[in-house]
Amino acid sequence: MAEIVIVGAGPAGIAAAEVLVARGQRVILLDETMQAGGQGYRRPSPGLAIDMPRLMGSEAGKYARLHARFERLRPQLDYRPGTLVWAMDGDRLHVLADGRAGTVRFDMLMLATGAMDRIAPLPGWTLPGVFTLGGAQVVLKDQGCLIGRRVAFLGSSPLLTLAAKQYRAMGGEVVVIADTTPLAAKIAASPALLRAPRTLLRGLAYTAQAMLAGTPLLNGVTPVAVAGDERVEALVLRDASGRERRFACDAVALGYGLKPETQLADLAGAEFAYDSDFRLFLPKADAFGRVRRGLYLAGDGARIGGADAAEASGALAAHAVLADLGLQQEIAAIRPLARRVQRLRGFQRGLARAFAWPSRQIGELPDETVLCRCERVTVGEVRGAMTKGLGPVEVNRVKAMTRCGMGRCQGRVCGPALQEVVAAAAGHDVAKGGRLRGQAPVKPIALAAAEETP
Amino acid sequence: MGGGSAQLFRVAKRDGARVTLTLDGETIDATAGDSVLAALLSHGSVLRRLEFGGEPRAGFCLMGACQDCWVWSDAGGRIRACTTPVANGMRLFTEAQVQTLG
Repeated sequence: MAEIVIVGAGPAGIAAAEVLVARGQRVILLDETMQAGGQGYRRPSPGLAIDMPRLMGSEAGKYARLHARFERLRPQLDYRPGTLVWAMDGDRLHVLADGRAGTVRFDMLMLATGAMDRIAPLPGWTLPGVFTLGGAQVVLKDQGCLIGRRVAFLGSSPLLTLAAKQYRAMGGEVVVIADTTPLAAKIAASPALLRAPRTLLRGLAYTAQAMLAGTPLLNGVTPVAVAGDERVEALVLRDASGRERRFACDAVALGYGLKPETQLADLAGAEFAYDSDFRLFLPKADAFGRVRRGLYLAGDGARIGGADAAEASGALAAHAVLADLGLQQEIAAIRPLARRVQRLRGFQRGLARAFAWPSRQIGELPDETVLCRCERVTVGEVRGAMTKGLGPVEVNRVKAMTRCGMGRCQGRVCGPALQEVVAAAAGHDVAKGGRLRGQAPVKPIALAAAEETP
Repeated sequence: MGGGSAQLFRVAKRDGARVTLTLDGETIDATAGDSVLAALLSHGSVLRRLEFGGEPRAGFCLMGACQDCWVWSDAGGRIRACTTPVANGMRLFTEAQVQTLG
């Protein structure tokens, strides 16, 4: 029987495993975290008394159902939580679990690696107390902690109002929700959003609730700085009218939409293409998520689509695996899945246009802004490298010369902003600057751990 | 040191065994199931000092992607605080414990 390996136990990986197991396939499901469900449907860590139905709100039913399905599936799977896939060669994944290295062989590999927040830097963003928006939600679900008592939400994303609602519900104070996109730009993009009316209405409801709770809700802001000495003391920004405003707080959540985790797809040899809506280089796959026979991408790790799209795309990719194994397919089951994935991803594409990545603001960041937090490289150092004779105009050259993107996060955090700074300094389009290439190990491992026991 | 008052604000109780760890020699009480990050940032606001200039850091992505929250252990290794559960007797440091000769 073929060895089928799925990386990632979020909605996409779980849904894919379900389809494959139902057809009698043996599945190895690897997940870096200890709790299945991915980041969005993250389960609380052991012993934590947190009211998840309240926290999940309108998504509580889906959350409960996914975990119930996973519990039924679990005895039929080779599920390996706490397993990091850090490299790949040929038909072997190099893994690290509990400090021990090993390999996992595969015939068919599905990557359902999820996403993280896309981040626009601003002066002071490396201060303790500034966290990603997704992280602010994860630490609440996983650890029952808010990132601070008085929290400012900054970025451009419908998830700002969602996270703020969760924070208010759990006893946090929301000092401001500040979005860099002007309101008019969001309204202009709204026809695209009508494709998923339920999600749109939910977003409007969160906004209305925030206004009723008296939270300042600003659109079209220009971030100035996170102020503080050793930790966050305030968020400073200019509002749409150009007036500088200071919001005292002890934490800031930053989020500009999501960005797929594509490092393993890169190592597996997927081709990438520039996507002008997301302004990111993304791996190419067919409508099923098939990169080639034997390699499949599902969920937000392939294209941002949200949890519902992730589930449907996982199931769809599983059908592609079955088809490629020569097993008979139920066409009637596949068509609705494909339509669902297309519709939901179309909606996210609309959101990416409505809640725009602030490329112009990033291109204009002051020189002293830290761009790469791992290696502490500033925007000015990148611009400086580019003005030298034979200065680099390609992001991997900039990385080689400045170390921006060379640190322990492998450019996950600074990559998208680096693209914008390089493009602005070179005066060309982002697509021309190229993308940071992925390299093994995709996450840091101890050198001693790389010695494998075969 | 841990840097003043708590960064994180706990809003849910946890049942579990009591665990004690230290950061730069300062004792920190935690509960089994806590992540190292949650335990440390429920007491202070700093996890480590950056190798380049010593500025304070306290993690960023909180989901194992950004690698900003690694703290030093007494064995000279590093622990990713956001994804590592606490264990009794952990001795952690905000800076590398460089061995001195003699």
